[in-house]
Amino acid sequence: MMLLVTSGVAPYLAQAESILDVGDTFIVPLLLKLAFVLGIFFVVPLVAGYLEHKAMGRMQHRRGPVEAGPFGTLQLVADGIKFIQKEDLIPSAADKWVFAMAPGVALVPAMLALLVIPFGPGVFALDLELGLFYVLAASSVSVLGVLMGGWSSANKFSLFGGLRAGGQLIAYELPLILAAIAVAVQAGTLSLVGIVEAQAEFMLFGTGINLWYVIPQLLGFGIFFVAALAELSRPPFDMPIGDSELVFGYMTEYSGIKYAMYMLTEYAGMVTMSALMVVLYLGGWQLLPGVPLPGCEAAGGLFDCGVTGTLLGVGVMLGKILLLVFVMVWLRVAYPRLREDQLQRIAWLVMVPLALLNLALVTIAKVVY
Amino acid sequence: MSDLDLRQEFLAGTAPGEDIAVQLSGDGQFRTADMSLSIGPAHPATHGVFRIVLDLDGERVREARPVIGYMHRGFEKLAEHRDFRQIFALVNRHDWLSGFSNELGTALAVEKLMEFEVPDRAQWIRMLLAEWNRVLNHLMFIGSYALELGAITPMFYAFREREDIQHLLESATGGRLHFTYNQVGGLKIDLPKGFLAESTQVSSLVRSRLPDYFDLVLGNEIFHGRTKGVGPLPMEVALSLGVSGPTLQATGLPEDPRVTEPYLKYGEIDVEVPVGENGDAFDRFYCLLHRIRVSLDIIDQIHDHIPPGPVNSKLPKMVKAPEGATYVRIENPLGQLGYWLESDGGRTPWRLKMRTPSFSNVQAIPYLMRGQLIPDAVSILGSVFFVVGDIDR
Repeated sequence: MMLLVTSGVAPYLAQAESILDVGDTFIVPLLLKLAFVLGIFFVVPLVAGYLEHKAMGRMQHRRGPVEAGPFGTLQLVADGIKFIQKEDLIPSAADKWVFAMAPGVALVPAMLALLVIPFGPGVFALDLELGLFYVLAASSVSVLGVLMGGWSSANKFSLFGGLRAGGQLIAYELPLILAAIAVAVQAGTLSLVGIVEAQAEFMLFGTGINLWYVIPQLLGFGIFFVAALAELSRPPFDMPIGDSELVFGYMTEYSGIKYAMYMLTEYAGMVTMSALMVVLYLGGWQLLPGVPLPGCEAAGGLFDCGVTGTLLGVGVMLGKILLLVFVMVWLRVAYPRLREDQLQRIAWLVMVPLALLNLALVTIAKVVY
Repeated sequence: MSDLDLRQEFLAGTAPGEDIAVQLSGDGQFRTADMSLSIGPAHPATHGVFRIVLDLDGERVREARPVIGYMHRGFEKLAEHRDFRQIFALVNRHDWLSGFSNELGTALAVEKLMEFEVPDRAQWIRMLLAEWNRVLNHLMFIGSYALELGAITPMFYAFREREDIQHLLESATGGRLHFTYNQVGGLKIDLPKGFLAESTQVSSLVRSRLPDYFDLVLGNEIFHGRTKGVGPLPMEVALSLGVSGPTLQATGLPEDPRVTEPYLKYGEIDVEVPVGENGDAFDRFYCLLHRIRVSLDIIDQIHDHIPPGPVNSKLPKMVKAPEGATYVRIENPLGQLGYWLESDGGRTPWRLKMRTPSFSNVQAIPYLMRGQLIPDAVSILGSVFFVVGDIDR
């Protein structure tokens, strides 16, 4: 906030140059960036969903999808087509406008959050100076859509699901933000690209060993990961959906394309949160700490990488994202569901104090060194 | 409050949309009404068409009222119009997960009434298959209980084992769910060649996979958090409600007709009865899981005991039980199964009264759920193991 006041208008503008900024016109980069964000938004969650199907299948002695496309890769596309064909049911007692808008309200923030996340050297739509703040703010709007859906369905199970989701997201927003602040403190910037650069330059106290933030902030990473799971209502924190208790929570009354939008929100949320964790803690698109990508030696090993380096960077980033998604799937397979009050107790009595402790440690270390 | 009052209150209170009402009272303060939530008859946690109406204060259950009867199929009445050989095809359907045990109970009742002596081999084989049926049943509940707590994987593991066992039983009986293998005076047909070797093999296979359940489910911290101290059932309450089976054993009482009133040849082998301490959901699951191990121990013992000989005895052309009545109780997988069989000397039973374990066990649900949260209510509902067909008959 201080930055905003002192430096005037500039913080709203882009910082680093994106490789999508081609030509002198306004419209071409804009269209390119839109295509980039939408492409990421619609493709990567599908890959994550396919990974979930297959990984769950293998862990549960089944094969997962095999029929649609080679090795079942097109299963989610087939599902999407099926959802579009389905009748769009709205319960007669529902608050129709709110009911219809809710999936959109949940979906759009997940898309907006992708705007500022760097997927490779120069591969991002926008580098806001307030990037981290923007991502957290945008992704927290999703809960509104969930609450709207739960309330407007005129179904008691939906209502319970919506209210549980509301309570859960409020409780876990705090440790999530506190953990993220610690990263911002250590990096000295809120720009996501800046955080990746800072990780490339971070040396372990006086030595020449380059480390990503996951090592000094292991506690913060753990808190962020658990809080992100709760924020996404992923098992073992899926009480808002709780299919054995609440039928399907806030999604009970949804069908067809609206239901598909909620599902897409969940998977896009997984991808966004994983991408954020990669950027904040796992060194973004760098392959190994301290080792620049091939062709990137010029600009500190992070930018102007040429075609090979850029593609490799994007691949590394996506690989790390899918790795985190896989861990989320793994947890889903392995654990039963917690109870809502147990979840709240963990949030307020364990996660928030630990996050504050982490923040204090990082701040002290930052000042001392 | 009489039953009638309860009924009227429940009918009035569950009209859709009526009870979310928040009314503005005269002095400008909000007055909130209790919400009543109807879980079932079609709900993922009720595995069947069981219905339970919860009066809620927030997420806390004030009162739980089970509503049964959605699956009433009139087996007791139908049995009065089938002869003694035909009722086997009826009884293995009321609890579809314990088909063999139900047949066994009927066979014992009819044979007791007719004072029929059954060949030893048939008795041992009956025990063997009854124990396999028990393992099948318990595996199902272990999977479904974990599923109710949100863990999806144990269900698939349980079905992997169930498939092996069902394959084994299919080789002997030809059925996977409704075996119809018993008949008055013995068994329909002898075991196929090599059955015992395969049975030994499956037994050791299932035993080697049991640690999966002990580690992944029983040892899981979240599982502990969700079940320990949830829905404790004191022994006296359990006894006064007629609760039996693992739900009763979890309260610490080692009551099991296989031990306390041995039928067939159970007196000749060792039967261990696992018991719990507090009677909570964790103990109920603990007993259920250990009963699988006990059943596998019994199966291994039976393998060494099966004598050669006939498996059935010659029956008269028309099976008629003499006039009179008898009661047989056996340990069904879910608890105590009793058949009261009354005959007027004709070809069909005059009355066949079933005392089913699920029916008595669900009576404990209102007691257990009072004052609990909704997630705990689901945890309790799953831990009082029942089959809806067995409640409603």
